[in-house]
Amino acid sequence: MKFTQDKLGWEPWLEPPAEDELTDAHHDALVDRARAASPYFRLLALDPRVLHARTTTDNDIFYNADGGLPRAERELAATATSRHNGCVFCASVHARFAAHYSKRPDDVRRLLDDGVAAPQNERWRAIIDASVALTATPGALGADHLAALRAAGLDDLEISDVIHAAAFFNWANRLMLSLGEPA
Amino acid sequence: MTADTSADVSAGTTTDPTTDPTVDVIDTLAGIRPGSRLDLLRDRRPEAREHAQRAYEALFAPDSEQEVTLVERVALAAFVAGLHQDPAVARHYADRLAEHAPDLRTTIEREIEASRTVGPYGVYDEPSLAQESLIGPAYRAGRRAALGERLATALDHAHLLVFRPRESSRDALKRLLDAGWTTTGVVTISQLVAFLTFQVRVVAGLRLLGADR
Repeated sequence: MKFTQDKLGWEPWLEPPAEDELTDAHHDALVDRARAASPYFRLLALDPRVLHARTTTDNDIFYNADGGLPRAERELAATATSRHNGCVFCASVHARFAAHYSKRPDDVRRLLDDGVAAPQNERWRAIIDASVALTATPGALGADHLAALRAAGLDDLEISDVIHAAAFFNWANRLMLSLGEPA
Repeated sequence: MTADTSADVSAGTTTDPTTDPTVDVIDTLAGIRPGSRLDLLRDRRPEAREHAQRAYEALFAPDSEQEVTLVERVALAAFVAGLHQDPAVARHYADRLAEHAPDLRTTIEREIEASRTVGPYGVYDEPSLAQESLIGPAYRAGRRAALGERLATALDHAHLLVFRPRESSRDALKRLLDAGWTTTGVVTISQLVAFLTFQVRVVAGLRLLGADR
């Protein structure tokens, strides 16, 4: 399946618990009750402590509106990371968010269609490059990446948000890729 | 233990850093001291800070070892951390392994040396992405008798997730099930490997930001 902003389904390769089998401990771990409808989150609920920690970490990195990087650019870092690791499902979800919050669907589409090296303006270039460098194993983020982020106008908190968004998607990409596939 | 020891992560201590609530492992590994610029920065995302630590504790001070034992957890962690080549993080998990399974330490070190590479890579099935496919090594742990087939298969999966996550497959999970892992065990080891790829990147990123003014 190619990279897309379309809504995709996701099918687990292992059988998650059915919705009516979930206990209170599972529901607590899901954080958002609506996630009981998702086979992905029901599967992760089999280890409820880790799922709860994963989701609360995720929510603060992406939704905490106390200053820092605009939501659009947190989603851009998530999209670039997912594009580079090759998580088609993750990229589809976060590309839609990045396009919606930035109102720059064409730039997001170029990132998906042509990849992380496709042309972007200076600020997006710096965010994408830092996310991709941090996604490499071993890590390749260096002082030159921070200098480019600062030159593009990012302060400490905004740079920290780029680091956390890209780092978190290394977690999220591998979990989704390990356990199932887009459908 | 206070953060004053954070500059020397190899300092001997009788405190278990997994369960001591005063020790934040990301702070320790990134060298972040109380009241420092990076400490204040981390406080701006307090839930992320706290729950990154809670995830670490859930994985390495688990409620139950029924699905994945502590020895299996620290062996996998030492392997994954070693693949990332961040000396402070690698040493932290190598020390946990030496503590819980000293007999596995050399075996894991040799598996790390034998399988270090540069990622992410992997082949895309999608025809329109074929030109982006990067063929690279599909590692299979060599010292399977010393590791035991169950742990060896988990290392195989960890290497897949670290370096070529796009090549994950139903067959890869079947190999884990065939080696004796349950569905819940597969979820936990997937979380463990994936979480570590987050933790090591936060540590590296914050350390770099702390050094940059």
